[in-house]
Amino acid sequence: MTSELTTDDPTDVRELTRERLHEVTVTVNGLPRSATVPPRRLLSDLLRHDLRLTGTHVGCEHGVCGACTVLLDGAPVRSCLTFAVAVDGREITTVEGLAAEDGTLHPVQQAFHDHHGLQCGFCTPGFVMSACGYLAAHPDAEDDGEIRAEMAGNLCRCTGYAGILAAVKQAAAVLRDTGADPRQRHRPDAS
Amino acid sequence: MKPPAFAYHAPPDLDTAVDLLAELGEDGKVLAGGQSLVPMMNLRLATPAALVDISRLGELGDLEVADDAVTLGAGVTSERLRTDDTATAAIPLLRQALDHVAHPVIRNRGTAVGSLVHADPAAELPAVLALLDGSVVLRSRDGTRRVVGSELFLGPLESDVRPEELATEVVFPIPPARTGTAFHELARRHGDYALAGVAVRVGLDADLRIDTARAAFIGVADRPVVIDVGAALAGQHHDALDTADAVGHARARLDPRDDIHATGAYRRHLAGVLLGRALEEAARRAATTDPTTPTAEEAT
Ligand SMILES: Cc1cc2nc3c(=O)[nH]c(=O)nc-3n(C[C@H](O)[C@H](O)[C@H](O)COP(=O)(O)OP(=O)(O)OC[C@H]3O[C@@H](n4cnc5c(N)ncnc54)[C@H](O)[C@@H]3O)c2cc1C
Ligand code: FES
Ligand code: FES
Repeated sequence: MTSELTTDDPTDVRELTRERLHEVTVTVNGLPRSATVPPRRLLSDLLRHDLRLTGTHVGCEHGVCGACTVLLDGAPVRSCLTFAVAVDGREITTVEGLAAEDGTLHPVQQAFHDHHGLQCGFCTPGFVMSACGYLAAHPDAEDDGEIRAEMAGNLCRCTGYAGILAAVKQAAAVLRDTGADPRQRHRPDAS
Repeated sequence: MKPPAFAYHAPPDLDTAVDLLAELGEDGKVLAGGQSLVPMMNLRLATPAALVDISRLGELGDLEVADDAVTLGAGVTSERLRTDDTATAAIPLLRQALDHVAHPVIRNRGTAVGSLVHADPAAELPAVLALLDGSVVLRSRDGTRRVVGSELFLGPLESDVRPEELATEVVFPIPPARTGTAFHELARRHGDYALAGVAVRVGLDADLRIDTARAAFIGVADRPVVIDVGAALAGQHHDALDTADAVGHARARLDPRDDIHATGAYRRHLAGVLLGRALEEAARRAATTDPTTPTAEEAT
């Protein structure tokens, strides 16, 4: 990363405020990926534009809708409120990193499918990633009120949330049975 | 929208960070969790020429619980604080307040110190700082200073932190025994900023009667408003409170403005209702804190 003071005269504010390009390397879904980006590049746009991973959706770009949620070192975060330069060297999981290599859906994805947890699907990648982060931290999730509170940071304009709630509960039960870490790529034979 | 262009600096240590802030002056801004700053940049409400990212400074990651205070560095996220059992056992109000702050996904990045410096008039933690007389330590190239409680908040989104200063830590003093607290607010949707809210601390005497009572309101003015309601409650038994006088006393001192979310009159009414509930809950909690530990007066 080129974030050090690179000027000989540190009092030269013009130098310190000049936009420079940064080489950013992140591990996305297990693979190292690099891009040269300006500091203003949001993580959501690094994923979508530079790395062509368009599974991560962008709705509001100010943190409210949750469509852009990804895992950063295993914890769910808003990719639209994160600068790509600020996460250089770290690990990202997107919705593309969940289904098995052969296409078998991850238990959280399967549960959304089973319970009509999606209609248009715009909000779904964000819900799925939030659920993966939540279920990793709370494998015992069962209580409707608690699941609603934990998932309240994601908005859906279609489903009315009932299917989403049922999906998260089913996914929690399946994951408890298999003991799989929901933040890892699904391995159908491992259960 | 996309944020405007800026220069990015990730200094390797605190000294370099404050040097950078000194050199940048008004052109620079600290980037902590980014959960308030990045939305403002995306909306082009903030257009800093350079950001100084402090999220890689390990020195700011400490969370310490001592006998008299909980101290946390500027790198500690709101979610880490909320789920730290030792810190929240020492000061239950931290968790009571943080349960209302945004959503887990936002709290995973947003810092407690960042929320204080950001000074949103509807944010929860500023009320906690004001109510507990906590203090924020500010460091610049010229040295450090400490700002206590409400003095940090100058106006909406304006705190007493100069462009060349870095807030390194916040210290929340642990209230004495027989103190109970509560945080009540009403928001349109869970995790939204509140229409109005109140943090309350109640101290009981040895007979479990009200000795002290203070409230810090959010969302009803351009910064947290602390109101002492002790006189209106003094001597009342903790489980038979008549809060009407305290509520009247507080309402008379609040003058919230109308906005698109609610009228000022509604907010004032709401603040009183929340105060009544919070006082009752805090008083009950105060009575169940360990009675074998001395009260503040007995201890001194
Ligand atoms: C959808 C959404 C809902 C939210 N709801 C709530 C809510 O209900 N209640 C609530 O309280 N908050 C809420 N927030 C805000 C959230 O809590 C922020 O994370 C917090 O206010 C700021 O912390 P941060 O670390 O992200 O700071 P940043 O966004 O990085 O910085 C905020 C400001 O503080 C300055 N700053 C930060 N740290 C320092 C420092 N150490 N020294 C000097 N200056 C510093 C920055 O320069 C900037 O001006 C919400 C945010 C979102 C996106
Ligand atoms: S696009 Fe990130 S929260 Fe809406
Ligand atoms: S399925 Fe359409 S927004 Fe949720």
